[in-house]
Amino acid sequence: MASHANPAMNPAIAGATAADVPDFLDLEGEHHPEGSTMLGFWIYLMSDCLIFAVLFATYAVLGRSYAAGPSPKDLFDLPIVAVNTSMLLFSSITYGFAMLAMERDDLAKTQLWLAVTGLFGAAFVGLELYEFAHLIHEGATPQRSGFLSAFFTLVGTHGLHVTFGLIWLVTLMIQTRIRGLVPENRRRLMCLSMFWHFLDVIWIGVFTFVYLMGVLQ
Amino acid sequence: MSGAAHADDHAHGHGVHGHGGHGQDAHGHGSFKDYVTGFVLSVILTAIPFWLVMGNVIEDKLVTGVVILGLAVVQIVVHMIYFLHMNTKSEGGWTFLALIFTITLVVITLFGSIWVMHHLNANMMPVSAEEMRHAP
Repeated sequence: MASHANPAMNPAIAGATAADVPDFLDLEGEHHPEGSTMLGFWIYLMSDCLIFAVLFATYAVLGRSYAAGPSPKDLFDLPIVAVNTSMLLFSSITYGFAMLAMERDDLAKTQLWLAVTGLFGAAFVGLELYEFAHLIHEGATPQRSGFLSAFFTLVGTHGLHVTFGLIWLVTLMIQTRIRGLVPENRRRLMCLSMFWHFLDVIWIGVFTFVYLMGVLQ
Repeated sequence: MSGAAHADDHAHGHGVHGHGGHGQDAHGHGSFKDYVTGFVLSVILTAIPFWLVMGNVIEDKLVTGVVILGLAVVQIVVHMIYFLHMNTKSEGGWTFLALIFTITLVVITLFGSIWVMHHLNANMMPVSAEEMRHAP
């Protein structure tokens, strides 16, 4: 308020009166596009979280509707799920190591850890596809019962997210190879980091609510 | 812990103006120690529920269910703090506010669906003639 009372003291207001001088309200000339990118990406993740919430709710409602078909106890193989879970957990910490290497400006190490993360992620997707193929082979297709429809939708959506994460990861490995750890690539790696850890958080819900609680009852 | 790492981040260089590289005041990177702590906690919090279910450790299935759900919630918080570097201050608290809002919606969606559908199921059960007579 005080600055408005005396325009001469405020360069922005003074600039506005002189016709030929551009009027910059950001006097410091600071520009931090990455800051808002991170908030925006976080809000995207939260909206993705709502998609999964709806799918979890659907599974919670339909998860006991077997239509005289197989139940989770007949279908789920917990050792495979445990291996799958550890794959995703390992990929989370190796991505963390990639981020630490990025902070040290160590391109080779960043790419190495990204590659390791990609391998763990690929192993996760591979195991999940093997499980799905096994289920479908046994006749437990998504069309079989409400439980299986909800199961394939929820777990499949998560698997699809991981698959897209893998595509993104390979893209960034190529990008960093060509352009190095430029600010744009750092920002992209930060976004993928959040995406990757977020998928691990969703998986905690999946293995607890779908697999463990399914076998339990 | 994560807050301390965040402040540390600022101390060596990230807070400097015009440092075009990384303006991630938002989600500080966390340290090696942060990641390892998060990983070890996650391994423990994953191993326990699998052990409980696969080894049939607790007789009462309801108790087992409640315990593994509780452990899942704890593990989600661990991931949020150590891997996603969540805190109440990043982006001026906006990420945290978005998180709280999302959690609210998730809780309403989940419990609302289960609650409504359970009652719908219960009331769709075949009723006896005696019950029919007293129905409103």
